[in-house]
Amino acid sequence: MIRLQIDGRPVEARPGQTILQAAHQAGIRIPTLCFLEGLSPVGSCRICLVEIENWNGKLVPACVTEVEEGLRVVANSPRLRELRRRVLELLFAERNHICAICVSSGHCELQDLACELGMDSVRFPYRFPGLAVDASHRKFLIDHNRCVLCGRCVRACSEVEGAVTWGFAGRAVHTQVAPDLGVPWVEAESCTECGKCVQACPVGAIVERGKATAEQEKRPQVLVEITERRPRG
Amino acid sequence: MADKLRVATVWFSGCSGCHMSFLDLDERLVEFATKAQLVYSPVVDIKEFPEGVDVTLVEGAVGNSEQLHLAREIRRKSKLVIAFGDCAVTGNVPSMRNPIPREEVLRVSYGEGEIPGLEEGEVPKLLPQALPLGMVIRVDGFLPGCPPSADRIWKFLKQVLAGEAPALAGEDLRFG
Repeated sequence: MIRLQIDGRPVEARPGQTILQAAHQAGIRIPTLCFLEGLSPVGSCRICLVEIENWNGKLVPACVTEVEEGLRVVANSPRLRELRRRVLELLFAERNHICAICVSSGHCELQDLACELGMDSVRFPYRFPGLAVDASHRKFLIDHNRCVLCGRCVRACSEVEGAVTWGFAGRAVHTQVAPDLGVPWVEAESCTECGKCVQACPVGAIVERGKATAEQEKRPQVLVEITERRPRG
Repeated sequence: MADKLRVATVWFSGCSGCHMSFLDLDERLVEFATKAQLVYSPVVDIKEFPEGVDVTLVEGAVGNSEQLHLAREIRRKSKLVIAFGDCAVTGNVPSMRNPIPREEVLRVSYGEGEIPGLEEGEVPKLLPQALPLGMVIRVDGFLPGCPPSADRIWKFLKQVLAGEAPALAGEDLRFG
């Protein structure tokens, strides 16, 4: 076993485990957004940033950083709370997140994080981009205005369903998730209509058709349920 | 009377739902009235924004030239300015027009012929975007919600009435 400290508490973890896993086992909460159990971690959203005291206070994403013997990890501090809040504010400022009219209001991980991290307002200028809604599919739709580019749909589609319909298109601020290299969803021949992307999406971006405000509840835990049932070897 | 807190409320680009929720304070309005007086509000008949206001609650995004002017006047004349509800805090529903050019928004809304708000006139000029209050003036406190519930408003106002710097946390910060 590897011995480390998280928030001053001695914690044990197996080699190869991440700081996030070690913290969860010890009952220490680290907020996450792009991480979803059952999918490979990518460390892209930066909400789970923690500080490593014996690496000169270096900030690392807890979901992709493996434990090491003797690490002293700060998982919760005023500095981290402020940094995580800033990351969250940038996510809110980047697209059009209007909770009042969103199908996922009340069941949204982004909205929950705002409460948890004390985000009473966004201090960056909002970009207000004009982004498309693809409602071509008969069962689901994607509203890019609400997408946070966490990539959970992309990973659920490739790693769990094996369809590899979703991918990233474009660069930097123009990045969008896109089915089959950017065709309208209805024309994506690789899509099996399984709906795992809907369940994986933490916000109201990929949703079932016909939902009204606050009606879209999701079961992101379905991904780990499927992968745990899958025979190994 | 003199030691009562001087409170103002204003209504910019919003649906008035926050003010309706304020009225939902019901019997708590009686307690409010013993500690504060409304010196300017859509629910009282005072035409000019007065000097020496202790707290101003601003509902709505800043969407036109008159609101921009009044926002700056409010800032000068108020000790505390509060963004009251999601439209003032984030832009919310009024900001949905922001990706669309101003002229197009007005043409689609009013059709052909003379378009009110396109230029300064009897109707104030529409700003290119409906902005959160904090992007226009300094804001001292945020009371999110669409609308914030009466309970949430009361929790916030009690802090204000007690002379504390108002701040909400956790579930009381939930947007929408």
